[in-house]
Amino acid sequence: MSYLALTDADREAMLETIGVSSVEELFADLPGGVRLGRELELPPALTEQELTAYFEALAAKNAHVGTELSFLGAGMYDHYVPAIVDAVLQRGELLTAYTPYQPELSQGVLQAIFEYQTAICELTGMDVSNASGYDGTTVAADACFVAKYATGRSKVVVTEATNPQVRQVVKTYAPGFGLEVVEVPHRGGATDPEELGEAAADAACVIFQQPNFFGVLEPAPDLAAAANEAEALAVAHVDPISLGLLEAPGNYGCAIAIGEGQGAGNYLSYGGPHYGFIAARNDFIRRMPGRIVGETTDAPGERGYVLTLQTREQHIRREKATSNITTNQTLLALAGLVYLSWLGPEGLKEVGEACIALAAHAKERLGRELVFADKTTFKEFVVRVGRPAQEVVREARARGVHPGYVLGRDYSGMDDVLLVALTERRTPEEIDRLARTLDEVGA
Amino acid sequence: MAAVESYPSELRYHPEHDWARIEDGEATFGVTWFAQDALGELVHFEAPEEGATLKKDESYAEVESVKAVSDVVAPLSGEVVAVNRAVVDAPETVNDDPYGEGWLVRVRLTDPGEVDALMDVDAYKQHLAEQG
Amino acid sequence: MKLLYEKSHPGRRAGRPPRLDLPVPELPNELRRAEPPRLPELAEPDLVRHFTELSRRNFGIDTGFYPLGSCTMKHNPRVNERLAALPGFRDLHPHQDPAGAQGALGLCWELQEVLSEITGLDAVSLQPAAGSQGELTGLMVMRAYFADKGEGEQRRKIVVADTAHGTNPASVTMAGYELTPVKTDPRGNIDVEDLREKVDEHTAGLMLTNPSTLGLFDEHIAEVAAIFHDVGALMYYDGANLNAVCGISRPGDMGFDIVHINLHKTFSQPHGGGGPGGGPIAVASRLEPFLPVPAIVRDGEGYGFDYDRPKSIGKVRGFIGPFGVFVRSLAFIRAYGPQLRKMSEAAVLNANYLLARLRDAYELPFDRLCMHEFVLSARPLKREHGVTALDVAKRLMDYGFHPPTIYFPLLVPEALMIEPTETEAKETLDEFADAMLAIAHEAAEEPELLKSAPHGRAVGRLDEVKAVKKAVVRYLFDEHPDLSTEGESRSETAVVEAPKGA
Repeated sequence: MSYLALTDADREAMLETIGVSSVEELFADLPGGVRLGRELELPPALTEQELTAYFEALAAKNAHVGTELSFLGAGMYDHYVPAIVDAVLQRGELLTAYTPYQPELSQGVLQAIFEYQTAICELTGMDVSNASGYDGTTVAADACFVAKYATGRSKVVVTEATNPQVRQVVKTYAPGFGLEVVEVPHRGGATDPEELGEAAADAACVIFQQPNFFGVLEPAPDLAAAANEAEALAVAHVDPISLGLLEAPGNYGCAIAIGEGQGAGNYLSYGGPHYGFIAARNDFIRRMPGRIVGETTDAPGERGYVLTLQTREQHIRREKATSNITTNQTLLALAGLVYLSWLGPEGLKEVGEACIALAAHAKERLGRELVFADKTTFKEFVVRVGRPAQEVVREARARGVHPGYVLGRDYSGMDDVLLVALTERRTPEEIDRLARTLDEVGA
Repeated sequence: MAAVESYPSELRYHPEHDWARIEDGEATFGVTWFAQDALGELVHFEAPEEGATLKKDESYAEVESVKAVSDVVAPLSGEVVAVNRAVVDAPETVNDDPYGEGWLVRVRLTDPGEVDALMDVDAYKQHLAEQG
Repeated sequence: MKLLYEKSHPGRRAGRPPRLDLPVPELPNELRRAEPPRLPELAEPDLVRHFTELSRRNFGIDTGFYPLGSCTMKHNPRVNERLAALPGFRDLHPHQDPAGAQGALGLCWELQEVLSEITGLDAVSLQPAAGSQGELTGLMVMRAYFADKGEGEQRRKIVVADTAHGTNPASVTMAGYELTPVKTDPRGNIDVEDLREKVDEHTAGLMLTNPSTLGLFDEHIAEVAAIFHDVGALMYYDGANLNAVCGISRPGDMGFDIVHINLHKTFSQPHGGGGPGGGPIAVASRLEPFLPVPAIVRDGEGYGFDYDRPKSIGKVRGFIGPFGVFVRSLAFIRAYGPQLRKMSEAAVLNANYLLARLRDAYELPFDRLCMHEFVLSARPLKREHGVTALDVAKRLMDYGFHPPTIYFPLLVPEALMIEPTETEAKETLDEFADAMLAIAHEAAEEPELLKSAPHGRAVGRLDEVKAVKKAVVRYLFDEHPDLSTEGESRSETAVVEAPKGA
């Protein structure tokens, strides 16, 4: 199977026009020493039908949310993706377009990004959003870069209750940015604003997650206030699904809001591709990384959209760019826009309410010790299973249920607890089944 | 309306397309007609603070158009005594009047002897011709 | 065309979650949202029409010829969309037990093996989300490697060709290195004499695309590699132009130690209007310990993760990378099999054919056969008729084509960088060449046609100066300005020649 249109007759005619006698001659500039001189050792070519059979066989070896009842969360969620998302993403004019450098041919993508930027600003209470970041982890590194240049400081503070992968990515990027990373431990599942405030002295920014990795609701306004006291930028890492119910970070003192967009409109897809989002107050617009779409007009006064403030970006500012990002996650962000438009503010609120109602019901129905019992949670909570959680997962999976995330992978002393996630796709009957399964495996 | 090409004879010029008007131990700096023409309509002037120390031949500010960013180089060393707020608010002033209303900063010179190293208008025009 | 927000009506909605017969717990007052977000309120039929209209105002590879240089706008096979949507891939949670993800892990393993063979390098990480993230990851690997040898402080500089994509210098800064530029010689190769003066024991490495952004294979690549290796520095290959040499020459054999591959260029992942992409890196074995964590490993008959990587640089993004992109790329490669070289041969043939047809009407800065792309200059048109590369680009839209990349590489004035890719038929190439020749003729006879182009699109040339100055970057509801009444930009041409990087 190949996707070539050229026939032998075509090739002959073209070689003649070029003035060479063989395709080989076109590679004459390649020194002999670098030529491969053999065929690539790759498995034999497959026709479309064979490709389908091959990949279906691979897919069949995976236990996905359609074949296994799953309460896994921990940063990626089984929220419902409506059919309209698939339909829009399969429009070839959007799917197969490049970055909109020629605005007259790209008003579709450009307007869609403008609408997405608006939606993110609405959710987060901010003034400017970019066109997307790679995911919910790299936008944290982006926020550190913005904060460094905005404050001139070279320390960043992250709470321990923030997603471990987010923290790990920040630590990976930090040396190149010349940043020191300091963590503030959680106290009983949440972060103490005073402790945060102390750590934030001479920090460029403070990153906290809301709801945090344990599903617990942090005292977010107090954390932001503590950061602002110390003159560090308050950066909230937020769940878009929660923002129909929870206050927008821009309204309680945050300078920057970031997050993982997957739960809002993207399939799980084994971790990617999805979209990260980053939005900020207007003060930081010139330091924002990535693409930004702005509104303008043409000569007759017709409204149109263009990439704007491009002098921030790599193709102009090169080594002084605010980021090296070029290709980002536009199509997935478009999926997010379609999703949020399909739900509207009422629908988003209802999804959030369904999550917290089911989570409350699950806490009760499971009847097991809640690890952070005195804390308010959102759609996830931590429950003690009394045995090594890894074994509980294995035995439950043998019964067709994945009961939740093993926090002991990331936090010491948590080997016998599970992080259980409830999305609006779960039902009371499924929660019953979880409870029974845990009973059966002695958890 | 963008200005007509000109290079006033009373100014001194730096090869990086910056000019200096020297008056009694102080100097006013700006960018030449050539610079504003190459950049296109300016949309942003990232100015230094008052009191900042500028060093000859080093960048002290940035100007931006839609398509490009350019360092602005100090023709002479000195301490910034004034920043042209009018250009900060309306950067296109530089395109309209690069030597008058479009001045960027005024400095108190710290080494007046440096003036000798600058080009006069003929030398600068020659420099432009050689750039081709 | 109105925005979604302008079509909204309070109380309208499309979808909702199932109704639940459960009490909804109260959230603490101080955390609760005071005002709902102003998301669009439309019913589904109007939403579908809105996005359909948006798509009709957009041009993709599915619409027509899209010869953007260094972007490799090849056909995106339809079967790949179906495969990525298989529930076993699409609905798989990334925290699933490896035992329950053997198909996905096996796919990743296979892609790693295949990329290793194509690049001629030993170890692969699929983690980076895009080419520029691959660049940054590669530079971080370099930094870790030298730190491990005790040479971290000593080696601060990365050499980058003056024809490089802007991402290269930007990545250098993000990685904490200093940039050393090197010139290009009149044949379009790295200027070896200039290079010798700039490489010493303080050099960490070179970042180079080969063939370069001029579409030319560096004839001195072996010598260049020797210069760097002799001082103990590393060679980094920007894989943006890999489409020219698959199965013909391998970056590892050219002397490169680290390579990033753009899955959304060479291996057919749809560009999606700006992403997603994939930027996996392949490295020589001595750099393998520094790759991002976790590694995907083979363990007997099964696959798993190895997190025990003490020298790893850490993580550059979540999980193992953009898995959905891996499905499509592996399927694309499996469709060709060992005959992958036919793809590159066709890409190079198509480019040389267009070059032969256009070289007399436009200026050719480097008189050589090209590889998969070539650069022309519209400078003669500017000199003689006052018409620019931008004007040519806009006029091409009237002929039904997406323009090539313009004003890049920076080295060539009024640059037009053309990359047809291998999936175009000869007739399409001929139609494009005919249009380019017609436009060159129009430049002489009727330059106004070019200057007023494009015609008949949703919008004409847009005022990019106004966009920067007003910086309206979201809908402002009741306070949204009417920019048509705001002052015109004062320059003669409000649209300016912004460099369009790949």
